[in-house]
Amino acid sequence: MVSEAGNHEALIAGVLNGEWRATARAISIIENSEAGRVEILSRLYPSGRSGRVCGITGPSGAGKSTLVDRLASHYRGADERVGILCVDPTSPFSGGALLGDRIRMNEIVLDPGVFIRSMATRGSRGGLGKAAREVISVLEATGTEQVLVETVGVGQVELDIAEAADTVVVVLVPESGDGIQAMKAGLMEIGDVFVVNKADRDGAEGLRIEIESVLGLRTGREWRPPVLTTIASEGRGITELADAILSHREWLEVSGEGERRRRSRIMSYVKEIVQDALAASLWEEGGYRRQLEEYLPEILEGRRDPFSVAEDILAASGMLESLNRDSD
Amino acid sequence: MTEKKIRILVAKPGLDGHDRGAKVVAAALRDAGMEVIYTGLRQTPEMIVNAAVQEDVDVIALSILSGAHLTHFPAVLELMKEQGIIGEVLLTGGGIIPEGDIEALKEQGTGQLFGPGTNTRDIVEYIRNWHEGRS
Repeated sequence: MVSEAGNHEALIAGVLNGEWRATARAISIIENSEAGRVEILSRLYPSGRSGRVCGITGPSGAGKSTLVDRLASHYRGADERVGILCVDPTSPFSGGALLGDRIRMNEIVLDPGVFIRSMATRGSRGGLGKAAREVISVLEATGTEQVLVETVGVGQVELDIAEAADTVVVVLVPESGDGIQAMKAGLMEIGDVFVVNKADRDGAEGLRIEIESVLGLRTGREWRPPVLTTIASEGRGITELADAILSHREWLEVSGEGERRRRSRIMSYVKEIVQDALAASLWEEGGYRRQLEEYLPEILEGRRDPFSVAEDILAASGMLESLNRDSD
Repeated sequence: MTEKKIRILVAKPGLDGHDRGAKVVAAALRDAGMEVIYTGLRQTPEMIVNAAVQEDVDVIALSILSGAHLTHFPAVLELMKEQGIIGEVLLTGGGIIPEGDIEALKEQGTGQLFGPGTNTRDIVEYIRNWHEGRS
């Protein structure tokens, strides 16, 4: 076990060297918030952020894992190394998770140029966005030419991933319902490239046309997402998909949109780090969680309101004298 | 603040296609709050150990019904040794394995092996106890 502070040097060097075992350990330390997390992340950070993170999302059963498998094979054919992160939901009831994306990645699991990591969403502490972003930054620091992040397209998770990825590929299938369904789910908003997978099935062309027309309603954007068709299980359409991802990447750089996204990402990341540190120092180290619990009965009985209690806590901690009652 | 979860790889080596047992165990482990990486059928020892390293699991659990346990378990142990995760990662599993073979495999370095009809609760408890004893 690599847990002593001194050993993080070796771990960091291993990640930067593209060694999978070190990479795997570093990711665990980050996921578990173990000692060394901050040191590792801050040391790896400068090597990351390269614009080569591609998120792949869509409903379950759309063939995302198979598509990732074939896309990774395609990159390997060009002698590029690939880091893959597969995110699946944690059961809210048990806290456990069943992570089965590797089942469909048999083409690449033994390729030494491919690293695959499965990740559960775990608790909401810090949101998935942060944990996934941090794991992605480790993958980037290994120097792989491509980073693929696969998520099941449900609600907040995919929005968080969209934040973390440079290019988002939305995968739909004829049987996953019509384009309107997808629009409702917010998928149409986040896609940079759309894929109709299992395109040999009935309804594929109809779905493609429908997506095109919904995208036509997206105004004020310079990038018009292409809508591709693939049959991932047969490897068809994969080259076109890789080309579309590359075009989007080039557009990000040429248009300045990539730069804009990087700036906003850095802003929110630093704000998150500061807010997390403040919250921890207030609630845990400062002991104000206990104080809040003592106030609880008063609020429950209607003798106090949450705002005045918050004011008391802020004032006692010395962080803020009072709430701004003019704000909304 | 740590949020450590037990991570466990559930795999079926060999050529037989009966993965029901492995699926039942995988679901039980998930319901016990563990993160289960399920790799499915026809896994070679190389695939299993490679996945265990990349996923940084605490436990490898193999389901073997084909009678080839005396081949698969030692092969996985050998690769675990090569990768330097032996002693750090628990190798356990189950299937149709005669009592005598279980003892022989345990001597070679596997953990407890479970036969047909085992209550999944016993497997969960065994893994939890092992994990607590380690940390």
